[in-house]
Amino acid sequence: MGMEKEVLKIEHIHKKFDDLTVLEDVSLTVHEGEIIVIVGPSGCGKSTFLRCLNGLEEINEGHIYIDEEPVNPAGKNITKIRERIGMVFQSYDLFPHKTILENVCLAPVKVQKRKKDEVKEEALKLLERVGLSAKVNSFPRQLSGGQKQRVAIVRALIMHPEVLLFDEVTAALDPEMVREVLDVMLDLAKQKRTMLIVTHEMAFARAVADRVIFLDGGHIVEDADPKQFFDSPKTDRAKKFLSTFEFEEK
Amino acid sequence: MDTEVLRSYLPLFWEALILTVRIGWLGIALAFAIGIITSALLHFKVPVLSAVAKVYIELFRNTPLLVQLFFIYYGLPVLGFQVSAEGCGIAGLGLLGGSYMAETIRSGLDAVPLSQTESALALGMNKRQLFGSIVLPQAFSTSVPALVANVIFLLKETSVFSAISLMDLMFTAKDLIGLYYDTTEALFLLVIFYVIMLLPVSIAGSFIEKKARFRIFG
Repeated sequence: MGMEKEVLKIEHIHKKFDDLTVLEDVSLTVHEGEIIVIVGPSGCGKSTFLRCLNGLEEINEGHIYIDEEPVNPAGKNITKIRERIGMVFQSYDLFPHKTILENVCLAPVKVQKRKKDEVKEEALKLLERVGLSAKVNSFPRQLSGGQKQRVAIVRALIMHPEVLLFDEVTAALDPEMVREVLDVMLDLAKQKRTMLIVTHEMAFARAVADRVIFLDGGHIVEDADPKQFFDSPKTDRAKKFLSTFEFEEK
Repeated sequence: MDTEVLRSYLPLFWEALILTVRIGWLGIALAFAIGIITSALLHFKVPVLSAVAKVYIELFRNTPLLVQLFFIYYGLPVLGFQVSAEGCGIAGLGLLGGSYMAETIRSGLDAVPLSQTESALALGMNKRQLFGSIVLPQAFSTSVPALVANVIFLLKETSVFSAISLMDLMFTAKDLIGLYYDTTEALFLLVIFYVIMLLPVSIAGSFIEKKARFRIFG
């Protein structure tokens, strides 16, 4: 990994909501093509961490750089920076008043000022790739959760981001729909996309991650390769966390 | 009722209707423009300007249109501005309507989930794009019934225009009654013409409401 370019550099960030400290002195470097899965108990700051990376949350201390450019939510170039960091949310958040194709094409045309025809062509290709060619003229309400989430992924991809952030993207889905979304993400992993994934899908995390970050109480408690993390976690907190996913046989 | 009288009044009422509709719609267009800008100031909590917006809304919602018209019609010339009666009517209706529209649209804006804003921001949209493409269209869809009610209310408010000598429907009816004492005929036509003016708005309103709802809620 050492040879790869550093895409994201997170240096000693702190995040507080009023008196509540959510992130405390978190540092992380993400290299090009790296897939980092972030796990941890609810309320450990995983989602907040991702939201800080594209400036949806303001950090109280520390620095975040994408390609050496600082991420500052109040800065003039924050929209330019967000174009380079794709994000997919738990609740899909497609635009309900726009068709699937419009949802996907809106930002490239409006924000990146790309040509409509070129964008549409790419949108159709991407939607086909995730198996949604038949839905291009539907509205979000006509789609299942899994389909909506696949559209949301395409909507992020069409911006050609350098990094993709996934915030518990399968958490709101019925079990049989989880797989179809994870398959799309596996496909992205094969393309060596740089991704930060917050998830509770441990089997998926193990399969896809280059590195697993275990976040607890606003700290990075473990930063390890997946095999090591899942087979022999170093800390008791990680052991305890992983044990909540296991069931003893009767 | 004398049909001969009705027939002879018709052209006058027709002219009055055209004037009322013209001033009414220009005023309402102005009201929409003011309402959208004002609600945006409130929604984004723009410093200083959102306070100005609040003062404006309270001032114009809590004073009668008649009083506002008097202020514009008799007050502006004192300050050195010459405005035609028609211009005053449009401005008055626009300012009154703007305060109503602003509150209606703001309630619609507030009803759009924050997650919509966040996903638009995450795509690199600036505030103008976010407002114009994402938040405002959704706010409109939820506010359609209230907006249509505002439009109807404003068109009816044109009945006070006669106070600044605009020959609207109300003026025409009063004038004819004063001249010829055919009260029944004049009032009958007055009612009919208000219905002619407003019924299409109601019908179009429910049509737009259905369309807008379908787009978002199915």
